[in-house]
Amino acid sequence: MFGLNKSIFPEVKETYTQEEYMTMKDDLFRPVQKIGRWGWIWIFFLSAICLAGVYAYYLQETESKYVTISLRDYTMWGVYISNFVFFVALSLIGVLMSAVLKFTNFEWYRPLSRMAEIIAVASIMLAGVSIVVAMGRPDRLHYLFLYGRIQSPIVWDVIVIMTYCVTSILFMLLPLIPTIATSKYHLKNKPKWQMKMYELLSFGWVGSPEQWKLLKRSMRILTILLIPLGVSIHTVTAWLFATTLRSEWDSSNFGAYFVSGAFLLGTAAIIVAVFAFRKAYSLQKYLTEKHFDFLGKTLVFMSLIYLYFNINEYLVPAYKMSGLHANHLLDMFVGDEAPFYWSVVFFGILMPAILPLFPKMRKPLPLTILAITVVIAAWFKRYLIVIPGLMHPYMPIQDVPESWKHYFPSLIEMTIVAATFAAMLLIVTVFSRLFPIISVWEVAEGNLKKNNNGEEDEND
Amino acid sequence: MGLLTGGSVIAGVGITQALQNDDPKATGEKVKVLTADGKLIEVDSSLVAHPAEGKLKEFSVREGIAGKKFVMVIDLAKCANARKCVEGCQKMHNMLPPLEWIKVKKMQDADLTAPYWMPQPCFHCDNPPCTKVCPVDATFKRTDGIVAVDNDRCIGCKFCMAACPYSARTFNFGRPQQQEFYEEHKEDKDKCHSANRAMTEGTVSKCDFCPEHAAEGVLPSCVTDCPNGTILFGDEMEDTVTNGTDTYRLKELLEKRAAYRQFEELGTKPRVYYLPPVKREFPFEDATEAINTEE
Repeated sequence: MFGLNKSIFPEVKETYTQEEYMTMKDDLFRPVQKIGRWGWIWIFFLSAICLAGVYAYYLQETESKYVTISLRDYTMWGVYISNFVFFVALSLIGVLMSAVLKFTNFEWYRPLSRMAEIIAVASIMLAGVSIVVAMGRPDRLHYLFLYGRIQSPIVWDVIVIMTYCVTSILFMLLPLIPTIATSKYHLKNKPKWQMKMYELLSFGWVGSPEQWKLLKRSMRILTILLIPLGVSIHTVTAWLFATTLRSEWDSSNFGAYFVSGAFLLGTAAIIVAVFAFRKAYSLQKYLTEKHFDFLGKTLVFMSLIYLYFNINEYLVPAYKMSGLHANHLLDMFVGDEAPFYWSVVFFGILMPAILPLFPKMRKPLPLTILAITVVIAAWFKRYLIVIPGLMHPYMPIQDVPESWKHYFPSLIEMTIVAATFAAMLLIVTVFSRLFPIISVWEVAEGNLKKNNNGEEDEND
Repeated sequence: MGLLTGGSVIAGVGITQALQNDDPKATGEKVKVLTADGKLIEVDSSLVAHPAEGKLKEFSVREGIAGKKFVMVIDLAKCANARKCVEGCQKMHNMLPPLEWIKVKKMQDADLTAPYWMPQPCFHCDNPPCTKVCPVDATFKRTDGIVAVDNDRCIGCKFCMAACPYSARTFNFGRPQQQEFYEEHKEDKDKCHSANRAMTEGTVSKCDFCPEHAAEGVLPSCVTDCPNGTILFGDEMEDTVTNGTDTYRLKELLEKRAAYRQFEELGTKPRVYYLPPVKREFPFEDATEAINTEE
């Protein structure tokens, strides 16, 4: 199962010429070596949105929340919570793209794994930020550790999310060590702090067979660990809803429904990321059309699974149309939320399940456009799970001001949500400017394996 | 009436303290008190200590009152949507509309059944879904049956609000008028002091069965302010409930009037019982004006 346990460098010289290796190294290190004008504009643009978000949060915390945000007693969870669910879902990209594919020996994961891991790490951090932003008393955050009750699903979530975050960082950092060691020698004219950082983070890596053995071993353990952890973070997040006595969330399907949605979102997000990096960093040689082809097929597969859970989640209760569910379901199917709900079903589930069946749709550009709509629909899908769910309590809503009956996020809330997105992109961008976004040695190892086997791995 | 009982307790404690205190600083302000033998006398306000002050200082929201199991019975046949319970509660806890710890809902179970008014406080469930989910033990079940909130502990995650199937909880988003009003009135005497904690910005609050008053044997204001005696409050251990005028045996009342609890099927086991709206004392009249329309 793990045929890659041999130390690779001695063999590289035999089947993989030094020249080829150097070309690849140059290609992959180029975005790190030189940040162009557009690169800087992009970084400043994202930083500006992040700063706007910080200012919006400052306003929210210093002024009355009744004025700055549009949350009220019935919709006391708003976009912050749906955004939190979105980011937790997005962080499963790491599990899917690196752990699952690596574990099952799908070779095409190699150039995607680091990309997926940094997106996962950034998302899980911003999921944490989204929760703190949603808290009434962020100054009491440490109470979770002082007075935490293990009976509360929030405490489960804190535990699994922190574990997943640490594991993901390790999973990203370990295969990075050989790359950092290379960076130390390869990169020229970089500021002192950056070279110092490479020096520190390479942890004395010299590439000895023992070090390779240790690295591969630790990675194998982490790969196995990451899969159940990823499934649990999103399942526990689903339980935050399913453990309440609200009819619209009262579903034994919820954990699986959330996890399957996360895998669909993760596939769509990696398509967008691959396209962006391929174009921006000219990596066409490494991120090939073959990747889009595989990812397009994965997208169909994930959409079908998600469709299955959606049918379970909505159509089975709809068949019974019990009094408890009727308000909520009818509102979604034919009521106020119907245009919104059906667009999400159409763009977020049906289109990605059908369109990539056509080979033309699996080409980079059309597939990326499709993936972008899937990501947007996935964000609104979380919105539709959280907010209309709160608008249909068992007891009728009466004698409240208009603003209590309808929720629409305020400018402050939208700015903060936009800032979490910008921060996620910023983390990924800055990371890709400090370290090659494609793991040099993992791709080399893949090529080597291919050459050794004398045939291409066609897994789809 | 409950309030009068409270008043005599006030005077009793006050005089005792006055007798023990040799050299109080006179304020010049006179207050009327009732002596033990029933005479109304006027004394300097410095001689009268606030009744519960000593006890309130000791009051801990986390501790139940020993030997008590508070219970509420709401007689739907008597509710005419006067909304005095809502107003009394708001006054007692320094709240402004639209903030309500007790609501009056217009209910109609089916098209052909008659509509009725339903006062709805927190049900203080014996199997509370809200306390289960709290991550920091800021909301909990006390030994006296009350589901309380510790506003010095609450982190404002609002999970309890999501968990409550009755939407009984409210969150302090720091509405400016509300916070100002509270700041002006927080020193007022004869208010339920838990309100001082409940008005903590960024935390959850709800009907708390006025535990400080309950400890003193004073009825909650939603009970005493109802002109029709709709709401009865009492102690399951004593098997008694009262609306201040009439007192009933709890079990007998529940049996005789076929009492029920809201959404029994949810298994929350509320401590608030409803008597069905049969043989009504008032014909149902729909509300003519919309309530709490102001933002």
